[in-house]
Amino acid sequence: MTTPGARPHPLLVAPAVTGLILLLAPVAGLVARLPWIQLPQILSAESMLPTLRLSLLTATLTTAVSLLCGGSIGWLLARTTLPGRALLRGLVTVPLVLPPVVGGIALLVAFGRNGLVGRWLDEAFGVTLPFTTAAVVLAQTFVSMPFVVVSIEGTLRAVDRRHEDIAATLGASGWTTFRRVTLPAIVPGVVAGAVLCWARALGEFGATVTFAGSFPGTTRTLSLEAYAAITGGDPRTAVVLSVLMIVVAVGVLAALRDRWLGLR
Amino acid sequence: MRRGVALLAVAAVLTGCGRSTQVAPPASTKAAPGGTVTVLAAASLTGPFEQLRDSMAERYPDLDVVFSFGPSSALVEQVLAGAEADVLATADVRTMQRAVDAGAAAADPVVFARNALALVVPGGNPGKVAGLDDLAREDLLVALCQPAVPCGAAAERLLHAAGVTAQPDTLGTDAKDVLSLVELGEVDAALVYRTDAAAAAGAVEMIDVPVADQVVNDYPAVVLSNAPNPAAAQVVFEAITGHPGQRVLSDTGFLPP
Repeated sequence: MTTPGARPHPLLVAPAVTGLILLLAPVAGLVARLPWIQLPQILSAESMLPTLRLSLLTATLTTAVSLLCGGSIGWLLARTTLPGRALLRGLVTVPLVLPPVVGGIALLVAFGRNGLVGRWLDEAFGVTLPFTTAAVVLAQTFVSMPFVVVSIEGTLRAVDRRHEDIAATLGASGWTTFRRVTLPAIVPGVVAGAVLCWARALGEFGATVTFAGSFPGTTRTLSLEAYAAITGGDPRTAVVLSVLMIVVAVGVLAALRDRWLGLR
Repeated sequence: MRRGVALLAVAAVLTGCGRSTQVAPPASTKAAPGGTVTVLAAASLTGPFEQLRDSMAERYPDLDVVFSFGPSSALVEQVLAGAEADVLATADVRTMQRAVDAGAAAADPVVFARNALALVVPGGNPGKVAGLDDLAREDLLVALCQPAVPCGAAAERLLHAAGVTAQPDTLGTDAKDVLSLVELGEVDAALVYRTDAAAAAGAVEMIDVPVADQVVNDYPAVVLSNAPNPAAAQVVFEAITGHPGQRVLSDTGFLPP
């Protein structure tokens, strides 16, 4: 019988501590290796601000696109009786288990200039996606949208449908019911999905570098810049960028937690 | 519970096995070098080094040569971080010097090959690229290596020598990364090593650039000071710098040192 305040089972302590060390030691290692003296110089480098701006912009755009498209998919999965919903649900969550670089290769051969869709885009509209900021958003959306789908579908399923039925019998239109009854009920799930999506997009690397390439200002986000620094023999900058990403991600999560989730 | 015990037993057997093979002395220590030799090598050396390993396999059946190919600067970074490797071969002297300066080299590096750059385009040359000047065209998609890796540094020197201000759309991690984009037809032009271009001759076209001969990278190799298998590492090092290495390197388009 587990009661609050139960003594930790001795067999669980060792693996739990091992797990904690595994999770926290890398972060501690990063902070320990921070080059404090060169920090102002690295942070004030010319490329730093555009890179940070690009990362925040693309992650936010990705979250917006994911909420619109992923939210709609979540709604379809939760509220309709479409044939093949189980298959659809499986398909849209594939990116969750797919290595991101595989997603990048798939995007490149689909939306690249010579790709299935990309060739048509190029011929019909003269649009080429790879190596553009739009490609970064596309890659991030591919990887992050499933978080929104799963979270919104789950929340919608948990909502008590009777409240919506009652609103309807009281004369509320479909839109009013959605706005005044359904939406308030699913806000926590939507926010949680959006936060996960945003954080995943901010850290996206594999799909982005493969599909969007890496060029300062247009496609090189913080994680790509960190990789360029470590492969380019500049570990100091790589460490600084890594810590910066942790600070940005944790800061945003903490702010949202207080503001929206009331989990304090 | 039972499954847990079985799992532990399997783990114990596995670790036990691993240890016993390490402890057991190679059967023919005196006759020939054995064991595993880990070689960190520039991505552009992939072709010739794999051929070299195959040709060494006959003569040294107990020798297991393992490669890790990547951008030279990243390999040096791995060495400085304490990676267990025996031999390091980079695509220019500058990156190798960082390993030497950190005391990671067991001896002076030896230059064993040289390589020049090539301007490559996808089959059919969709961007109608005629020379280095075209790399400045805004309407073309151009890929270069990032400046911090040897092929990127060489590209900068070449473009400088030619007086061209290129307009790249992406900066790849190494020459092979950039070459893939050309093979897929996703970029119109790129600068890669001449050897990489030759290896992908069916998939890409090479545009003649006379000035390319002026910018040549020296490839140095060295046995690392913390090599776990120094005796066998020396054998591999001598194969790279000696006759067997020189033969496969020249077969794959590298210039002699």
